[in-house]
Amino acid sequence: MPILTKEQAKVILTKVLGYSKADECTVYISGSDGGNIRYARNSVNTSGAVSTTTLQVTSAFGKKSGVATINEYDDASLEKVVKRSEELAKLAPENPEYMTLLGPQTYGPQSPAFSEITAAVGPKERADAVAQSLAVSKENKLNAAGFLENSASYSALMNSKGLFAYDTSTDVAFNITMRTSDGKGSGYATRGYNDFSKLNAKHDTEIAAKKALSSVTAKAIEPGKYTVILEPTAVAVMLENMFFDLDARQADEGRSFMSKPGGKTRLGEQLVDERVNIYSDPWSPELPGSAWAGDGRPQEKIDWIENGKVKNMYTSRYWAAKTGIKPIPNPGSIIMKGGTKTLEELIKGTEKGILVTRLWYIRSVDPQTLLLTGLTRDGTFYIENGEIKFPVKNFRFNESPVIMLNNLDEMGKAERTVSAESNQNYLLPPLKIRDFTFTSLSDAV
Amino acid sequence: MKRRNFIYLTGMGAAAAMLPAIPVWGNEIPIEQSLEYVDPAVKKMLSDVALNAARSKGATYTDVRIGRYLNQYVVTREDKVENLVNTESYGIGIRVIANGSWGFAATDKMDKDGIAKAAELAVAIAKENSRLLTSPVQLAEQKGYGEVSWKAPIEKNAFEVPIKDKADLLLSVNAAAMAGGADYVNSILFMVNEQKYFASTDNSYIDQDIHRIWPTFFITKINKETGKFETRNSLSAPMGMGYEYLDAKPEHKIQTAMGVLYKGRYDMVEDAKQGAVQVAEKLKAKSVEPGKYDLVLDPSHLWLTIHESCGHPTELDRVLGYEANFAGTSFLTLDKWESKKFNYGSKEVDIVADKTQVGSLGAVGYDDEGVKCGKWDIIKDGILVNYQAIRDQAHIIGLDHSQGCCYADNWSSVQFQRMANISLQPGKKPLTIADQIKNVDKGIYIVGDGSFSIDQQRYNFQFGGQLFYEISKGKIVGMLKDVAYQSNTQEFWNSCSAVCDERDYRLGGSFFDGKGQPMQSSAVSHGSATARFNGVNVINTGRKI
Repeated sequence: MPILTKEQAKVILTKVLGYSKADECTVYISGSDGGNIRYARNSVNTSGAVSTTTLQVTSAFGKKSGVATINEYDDASLEKVVKRSEELAKLAPENPEYMTLLGPQTYGPQSPAFSEITAAVGPKERADAVAQSLAVSKENKLNAAGFLENSASYSALMNSKGLFAYDTSTDVAFNITMRTSDGKGSGYATRGYNDFSKLNAKHDTEIAAKKALSSVTAKAIEPGKYTVILEPTAVAVMLENMFFDLDARQADEGRSFMSKPGGKTRLGEQLVDERVNIYSDPWSPELPGSAWAGDGRPQEKIDWIENGKVKNMYTSRYWAAKTGIKPIPNPGSIIMKGGTKTLEELIKGTEKGILVTRLWYIRSVDPQTLLLTGLTRDGTFYIENGEIKFPVKNFRFNESPVIMLNNLDEMGKAERTVSAESNQNYLLPPLKIRDFTFTSLSDAV
Repeated sequence: MKRRNFIYLTGMGAAAAMLPAIPVWGNEIPIEQSLEYVDPAVKKMLSDVALNAARSKGATYTDVRIGRYLNQYVVTREDKVENLVNTESYGIGIRVIANGSWGFAATDKMDKDGIAKAAELAVAIAKENSRLLTSPVQLAEQKGYGEVSWKAPIEKNAFEVPIKDKADLLLSVNAAAMAGGADYVNSILFMVNEQKYFASTDNSYIDQDIHRIWPTFFITKINKETGKFETRNSLSAPMGMGYEYLDAKPEHKIQTAMGVLYKGRYDMVEDAKQGAVQVAEKLKAKSVEPGKYDLVLDPSHLWLTIHESCGHPTELDRVLGYEANFAGTSFLTLDKWESKKFNYGSKEVDIVADKTQVGSLGAVGYDDEGVKCGKWDIIKDGILVNYQAIRDQAHIIGLDHSQGCCYADNWSSVQFQRMANISLQPGKKPLTIADQIKNVDKGIYIVGDGSFSIDQQRYNFQFGGQLFYEISKGKIVGMLKDVAYQSNTQEFWNSCSAVCDERDYRLGGSFFDGKGQPMQSSAVSHGSATARFNGVNVINTGRKI
């Protein structure tokens, strides 16, 4: 099924709701068309095209609810899926936390997340982009391994109380690792876009190539506390672990880094450096998101950390009602305000430090302090007197994003980046951090 | 990431933040429908449509996977059933070779026209991509098996157990934890049924039925005065079994100094009861003094270290560089294997790959490119002797056949090399857990898996755990906290000085081994008996914010 327009989605969802006999009913439809190409050892590898759709019906009798879905769209199938969700609801145990459905909502305008250019991309365009990338590896006698994926998707939500929401988006992901043929140097670059025409595979591959060539024969330096400059993708994997834990209920229950003794939380307290401002904005031109959350709540621009103080936490509708707070849904994406300097200018202003291209295999060590562990990867360099002096061997770190943002030295210009761990897109600056804790060396290149 | 999706779906965490509130694994369906199998004759007919369509467009090889992937989750917290989900995903994935290049397309439009179109698209992609090839795909020979089938040897299909029984079990688990003093408890039953059909131009038509189950819980206790909290997770293992996994008899229980451990089957309520006591102990435990310790590692912990430091570096796709952009490469390069003397570990270290192990997560009759599965040595007497390969890699290590390690996590995902069950073999001399502890002067006994992280070539790793017991002069003297060990793979496995005998051999494993782009999850088991590692570096992970 192609990408449905708002009107087409409305017609089919209205028809499905017409079959409902439950106290409350929600219908949701979504679909995606996409393709990908993967290459390694300078040659194309697995690649493919995937097309899927889902129609989901949630029925509720009192506080008992059930869910069923189908991917056939004739009248009999639509009636069947509604009946099945109702049967399941009758079997389900009562959930005291079930919340009655939202009525009609007012959403902001559709954000500019859909690109016709991206939606039209096929095998040829993907292969052309990869050909440009492979040309760079050939020219530099390097080994390329990369991935390019594009998709177009839509989603629409309607319920028996009159709520209707619709959204479309397109996504492009490109990431590339270049390695020297002797395996002693490695470099990486990653990009995320809504619009395929912004992709410059050659340029990004050249960045990875430069890092690979200049990271050969890395020196081992002692682990310990160092000033680091984290490139935006390295910042992403550290900070997202903090965003993932900004849930009000977890904090109130005493089991998150936001909790304090006696059922209190750190909300409103100075948590990190006062220059830290983190927010979400579905209408950001660089990082557009959906105007509504999955349960139909409207998304809005929300400040999460303002001048270093936690301003808001997200919450379920149930917990918000129980505790009397505003029911702010999980954000679709996160933005951190940056400074004005480029990465090069940050390096220039650094007396001694380490430039980190990428952080890898991030895992929580202690949820109470948000202590994380992981390693540097694909381009780690020693900086002295404002210049990159030599490549250094990779480190394992043990560090908390909260401690890290308290040791903030300087921020660069924010740019769109992608977490290599969650594939989530963010708008984040490179950060210069004091006393970042490296605990051991790794032989990995 | 799928692991993250799971965390989201179960409503436990953290990662909820960034994900849309939409089911993540597929379509949700009522319970009764999950019991209807698609007739193999229908699947053969649909497969032939794809095989013929691809051939007519110029494919020189085609394989087809028709998959029906069913999941059921029962999710609870304290005295509430939070979520009851049935998901189904049904569709077809078609992989071809044309002009020497791979192409793949997947669709859920399961009529003849939809399938033929997907086959044509797969061929078009292969042809388009062939201009980017350095050499054509070279497949190891594979004889066709004709029409065959394989079923996991389960005793009780978990999908046939009434929802009420499952909800009641989890609520009893939660009640046991709360009665034991827990502040919060989440518990989950996660059940999987993969009904998958494989057909290829090698004349194989293979119908398989695979079952997996994972009961687990997470207990939290908070010190109200200090605000400190600790968690104790279930000591269960995800298994390639039916609901019988939850029916533990006395012979499935190992009594130890720290409590009961489970072998082959699991008593979830009993573990929750002891978990509540242990989480309280964790809150009062002594913070570890960093330094070198002899570690005694329980199989409920060691499986993850085996997975990361032996399973992954011996995957041939990583060795060759296919994963360089994401999961990484491997320090176990071909020259180390060719030398026949690369000392991966001590003489105690025998590691075996086995895709046939009964009850394991990776057990299947045939892999996802139609290769009958088997068992082989990976590390023998501490020496690297083999890798894990699939059809288009076999020739690189001089094999004339695939080792059957190909897997796709869904009909919509392309199959590629995934980890077999990789297990440390038990010691040959009689040795119990009590003997291991008795022989240690200064050490830590670690039970259960915790935080885990390893570099992209699998040298440097750091592992936490669930329970840490200080061993002094052959005796357990109390519990420790803030423990993690950091080591280098080769150094660590060379420090392995003793492995308990087969009486102690148990499986651990994961539903969520992530690899590939787009990322796919694979379920895999790792067996071992309690093993000792000498002089490992332990760090203290306590911090203040």
